[in-house]
Amino acid sequence: MLSIKGLSVAFRTRNGEVNAVKGIDFELAKGERLGIVGESGSGKSVTSYALMRILDAGGQIKAGDAIYSGIDLRNASERDMRDIRGREISMIFQNPRAALNPIRKVGHQIEDVLRRHSRATRHNAKAKAIEALEAVKIRDAAARYEAYPFELSGGMCQRVVIALALACDPKLIIADEPTTGLDITTQKAVMDLVDDLVRARGMSSILITHDLGLASQYCDRIVVMKDGLIVEAGDPVTLFTDPQHAYTRKLVNATPRRTGSIRALLPEGERTELAPHVVGQKPLIDVVNLAKTYQGKSGPVHAVKKISFTIHEGESVGLVGESGCGKSTTSSMLVRLLDATSGSIFYRGEDIASLPAASFARHPLRSKIQMVFQDATDSLNPRFTARQAIADPLYRLMGMRGDAVTKRTEELAEMTGFPAHLLDRFPHQLSGGQKARVGIARALATEPDFLILDEPTAALDVSIQALVLNLLADLRVRLGISYLFVSHDLNVVRLLCDHVIVMQNGAIVESGPVATVMETPQHAYTRELLSAAPQAPEREIA
Amino acid sequence: MNKIVSSASDAASVQVATANGPVTPAKSKSGAFAHLIYVLRENPVTGIAFAMFGILIFAAIFGPMIVPYDPLATDASSVLQPPSFAHWFGTDNLGRDVFSRVVVATRLDLVISVAAVALSFVIGSFLGAVAGYRGGWTDITLNRVLDTIMAFPLFVLAMGVVAALGNSVANIIYATAIINIPFYARLVRAEVNIRRNAGFTLAAKLSGNSDARILAFHIFPNALPPMMVQVSLNLGWAILNAAGLSFIGLGVRPPTPEWGIMVAEGANFIVSGEWWLALFPGLSLMIAVLTFNLMGDGLRDIVDPRRRT
Repeated sequence: MLSIKGLSVAFRTRNGEVNAVKGIDFELAKGERLGIVGESGSGKSVTSYALMRILDAGGQIKAGDAIYSGIDLRNASERDMRDIRGREISMIFQNPRAALNPIRKVGHQIEDVLRRHSRATRHNAKAKAIEALEAVKIRDAAARYEAYPFELSGGMCQRVVIALALACDPKLIIADEPTTGLDITTQKAVMDLVDDLVRARGMSSILITHDLGLASQYCDRIVVMKDGLIVEAGDPVTLFTDPQHAYTRKLVNATPRRTGSIRALLPEGERTELAPHVVGQKPLIDVVNLAKTYQGKSGPVHAVKKISFTIHEGESVGLVGESGCGKSTTSSMLVRLLDATSGSIFYRGEDIASLPAASFARHPLRSKIQMVFQDATDSLNPRFTARQAIADPLYRLMGMRGDAVTKRTEELAEMTGFPAHLLDRFPHQLSGGQKARVGIARALATEPDFLILDEPTAALDVSIQALVLNLLADLRVRLGISYLFVSHDLNVVRLLCDHVIVMQNGAIVESGPVATVMETPQHAYTRELLSAAPQAPEREIA
Repeated sequence: MNKIVSSASDAASVQVATANGPVTPAKSKSGAFAHLIYVLRENPVTGIAFAMFGILIFAAIFGPMIVPYDPLATDASSVLQPPSFAHWFGTDNLGRDVFSRVVVATRLDLVISVAAVALSFVIGSFLGAVAGYRGGWTDITLNRVLDTIMAFPLFVLAMGVVAALGNSVANIIYATAIINIPFYARLVRAEVNIRRNAGFTLAAKLSGNSDARILAFHIFPNALPPMMVQVSLNLGWAILNAAGLSFIGLGVRPPTPEWGIMVAEGANFIVSGEWWLALFPGLSLMIAVLTFNLMGDGLRDIVDPRRRT
């Protein structure tokens, strides 16, 4: 149905032409579910944009053919492409909120598509739009028809986007990272929905993702892309059990699973022995009845409801839950960026919850409690070079000046594996993994005892995630610090933590040693989290 | 997308200094220069705008030294001469050389507009930054004050200032500055507001920065790129305002050469066919405003390190 031969896409940039896609071939049969897997910069999204002919300005298909049911997509006129988009080939975008017009009711947005492709008239458009919403299992579709995107949750928005994409019964649907930014249980619900609809309507689908586990679960065939080239193609089980190309092996290894050590994420040959870290007996952080209540428009919102837990010296604790469960509020209170409504946080016996967050910046304990932020890009000042970012806490908290700062900055860069020659670059000139290292180096600059890791790998490719997680494991041994690892993914938390706390709706529903919680989860919510994580086919299957 | 311009703000220049300080200075300086060259080359309009700006600056500094005639010297023997080889822009009703007057006027017009814009940039940035960062009552109060200022017509305010403090160039600068404060304050407020809970702001707090430091060194410099566009547009308006005010007799007074006055005086002679009196100062005014308007995008690209790759 779709046949791509030698497709090359190039972008004009300041430094000359960049080839994003360098001659790829693949075919897609009717009813087939193809996965394109690759890390950022591999050209996987560009490939799909080229098919839809919605490349950014400066992008151009340089060579090759893309034939869809006999139509030459490369040379089709813009008028023909407008008819093809939506009716023949449709796309589900990465960020559902950005893909919806924020000031129009979602029902009207679906009507627009229906009427553009003459699938509905003014009189029956509303009924058809509601039908489309029902098809994506939105409850109470008639009421949701009137909703604006901001009134819907992320998962709901993605369902609307799917309804939009499927409204005109396309033959091929391209899903570009459809579940990025969604919770793990929502991810499962959305992917199951897309999969059901694709199968029921006999459509073909292309799933673009960085997550090999996800692709293997929902695709019949996977192509692995790297630097604009297809390095390997095959069915998911074979790819997982017997990867041929070195890069595929690296990806397969780096995908977190239910079992295996943190070192197993690294490519074979780079797996050095991991020294065990020492967990002390003395409590470092003792949280007692910590609560946070916000004054919402419709009464108080209890974001965190009197939670208590202890982190010992050198211990790593995982805090797991979905967005809105209160884990970010908890970590903000622990790092003293936010004042608690009630309760205490004892740091080595001293209650720091009673100190106002506004003046904690000048408190002597400021240097002892630090944080690595979720989004490395957002947490680095765009106008500060890597060196300035790392040096900032040295000037402000450690009172260092002159050569001492330079020396310590370079030491920290070396410790976190950040290349010293890149220190004078600005954040936008660094890769995601390098930015994550700058964030970690900055947090470690003041020699803290306690580090909060707020999903430090959420925005990273799996192979980079593997490196960063291993770096964190090494640093823990070397520096003897405690971590609070905040995440939504138990499979990742498992790798680094001794103890895990599961939160739901602002309360702790389960806590215990990692192995116990993973193997014999007591609470229904923990079991749901565990089953929602995409499972890679195990090697033993073959 | 964000870097270096000589700006009126202390915060900005200190930030620039720290940006280049610990880093090997020679390397980053050449980087800034290479970036400047790149910005000028990438967009020819920016290149032209900067070239015209260079000519304006040259005229402002060296104008009085290079003009062929004394701009104030009257010559009864050559009154209202049309443009000729001896008098490129002709002469006015007192026999003064229009070309000399137009060139000499550049300095005064630039001083008025740059001073007014610099004043409103500094005051507006400070007010807007504090309001955007602190929010709450500070923000609400400031916004209502700004609304009041925005409702005031410039000419009415200028007349008030002149009536109260006397008719001087300095007072005209103050009036123009006050009128422009809201534009900067509003812009900075919005830019600061969206960044006050950004990851890098929180990270700066964790690094032990005080609120004032975070605002001055972390958040404010990030607001500079859109500010540069505002500054360049504003310079254009300020020149027009200064000319407009002197046109109605406020601020600059004859016989001082100033584009606005020259247009005002020349307007009387257009009816009788002596078009050159008003045309040439008007044309200079237009070119100056156009130059500043065209410079905006280029200035923004220069202060934005993300434009460098």
